Amino acid sequence: MTRERLNRMTPYMFFGPAAVIMVIALLYPLGYMVYGSFRDWDPSQNISETEFVGLKNYITLFFDPAFRESLSVTLIFAGSVVVVEMVVGVGLALLLDRDIKGMSVLRTLFILPMMIAPVVVGLMWRFMYHPTVGTFNRTLDWLGLEKVDWLGQHALLSVIIADVWQWTPFIFILALAALQSLPRSALEAARIDGATAWQQIVHIKLPLMMPVLIVTALLRLIDAFKVLEVILVMTEGGPGLSTEIVALRISRTATEFRELGVAAAMSNYLLILLLFLTLGMFAFTRWQEARADRIAAAAAKAPEV
Amino acid sequence: MPRIRLDNLVKRYGALEVLHDIDLIMEDNEFTVLVGPSGCGKSTTLRMVAGLETVSEGEIYMDDRPVSKLEPKDRDIAMVFQDYALYPHMNVARNMSFALRLQKAPKDEIDRKVRDVAEILGLTDYLGRKPGELSGGQRQRVAMGRALTRDAGTFLFDEPLSNLDAKLRGQMRAELALMSQRVRKNMIYVTHDQIEAMTLADRIVVMHDGYIQQQGTPSELFKHPANKFVAGFLGMPPMNFLDATLTERDGRAFAEGDGYSIALSPERAGTVRNHPGREVILGIRPSDLNYDPQALEESAFDLNVVVSEYVGAQSVLLCRCGSANVTVELKSETPIALGETLRFSVNPAGIHLFDKESETAL
Repeated sequence: MTRERLNRMTPYMFFGPAAVIMVIALLYPLGYMVYGSFRDWDPSQNISETEFVGLKNYITLFFDPAFRESLSVTLIFAGSVVVVEMVVGVGLALLLDRDIKGMSVLRTLFILPMMIAPVVVGLMWRFMYHPTVGTFNRTLDWLGLEKVDWLGQHALLSVIIADVWQWTPFIFILALAALQSLPRSALEAARIDGATAWQQIVHIKLPLMMPVLIVTALLRLIDAFKVLEVILVMTEGGPGLSTEIVALRISRTATEFRELGVAAAMSNYLLILLLFLTLGMFAFTRWQEARADRIAAAAAKAPEV
Repeated sequence: MPRIRLDNLVKRYGALEVLHDIDLIMEDNEFTVLVGPSGCGKSTTLRMVAGLETVSEGEIYMDDRPVSKLEPKDRDIAMVFQDYALYPHMNVARNMSFALRLQKAPKDEIDRKVRDVAEILGLTDYLGRKPGELSGGQRQRVAMGRALTRDAGTFLFDEPLSNLDAKLRGQMRAELALMSQRVRKNMIYVTHDQIEAMTLADRIVVMHDGYIQQQGTPSELFKHPANKFVAGFLGMPPMNFLDATLTERDGRAFAEGDGYSIALSPERAGTVRNHPGREVILGIRPSDLNYDPQALEESAFDLNVVVSEYVGAQSVLLCRCGSANVTVELKSETPIALGETLRFSVNPAGIHLFDKESETAL
């Protein structure tokens, strides 16, 4: 009897340590943050000394034009980098998925940017974007073209370019892995059925890669909402608020403005945004599965011709 | 439905040559089976015809048009793969109509063709299903349906039945035979299974080590194998091979070996006279030996029965003849006792002689 019970308990015992770590490392800080977001909290205070202010932090933020600006910058930034990175990364993978001499070297070169620390990437690009001695403007000058005010007028675009440079390889290697695990014979069948290279991509490769690509895009999107170091180093959110993404604003609210409660509320807004994103993706896959089931059920009931 | 001609076809992977000077003609509406053990080059040959492998040397002609540089889509072929190669994200109807949709065929024509083919193959109820929701046999049918809907001039089959279980394979083999009669097209079929080859082929091409060993109708190859490899590869249970020496006695030719001395037909006398004492290999199919206690010694083997394998109407006896093993196939009701030495007469037409060195038929 006891033995049987012990057997039934086994899975929970294995699961236990992970659950404990989850609670300590994830749920506790999260709860702390949610709790803090309802209080007027200065970093010098212990959280128990702080005053409960209800939804005040959330309401203030909702009507705060600076926060809204920062939110829209984040959305534009995340949206553009993910779209550009997906297009370029998947495109490169489709181009480089072939057996040519030196291709492995080329592939390794392509994923180098991803291995560089974000702060270094930020510094590197800041120097390259430098108005007078930067690589880009010197090249433009040498070509007889007009200089561009990279980190001034076009700061957001410049930041987007740097992020695309760093994170396209991530999409690239995942897309390449997805491509190489596609069933070879299905692609051969498509060639025999008369599909051109482009038609193979549109009708066979992309649809079969889609589950991987959706997850990849989701990962990148979540990451892009949280990006901090590169932008901090390159522009510090400036000029004005033009590149101040939410993560940067949270960090500044907590350290410069010393408003921990507001920063926590801001983090929660970001969390809710990402949560909706994730739920949306789950809903999408569930909907797809349901649709496949419906088709199958209809086929089973179809009358004989 | 073109006539396909392979002209001195060579395939190399780096320095390794896997196909050597393949010359082959496949006539209009012919069902050609390429058969041989794994690694003999049969699949590579087929894939070169399909355009999935490049040609290292030589040329492939379809109705005298060289095609070796053409893309698969420009060769007017349809192919059935060993693992079916269905598009997992498309339902059966869309799998079958893929080629037609790429050709931008009118929608009602596509619908009609898919319906017709689905009816032939019994797939009508499954048109809306994804390949993942079908059984192995059904997937195999869809793969064939896709080739049929395509209406190409040449059909290529790359071991299409080898992923199915034995019973289903027999059933699909019969369906394939029926289909090939109904759809008169040029068909090239690759298999390692000699029964599939024998039952389906108009012409069998036996390959081994990248060379064509022999080609011809199933009965030609069965009755007159060109060499020891072909003789041993076709036929189940396989042919018995015994070491023998050719001798002449009283003007008649004999093949003698350990425990036997068999008289050869007068036509062979010339061969023996030119090469007295020549070492050869004697080949006899298990079905060419008959239990016959009254047979003359010079036309019979005295075999010691070691094991009897009952397989229904037929039984296979494993026997000893001197130091060699000999299998005999005979009706199960024949009274046989294990351990006895019995006399088996040999059908004179069933005696094959092969040169010991070159292994070619004499």
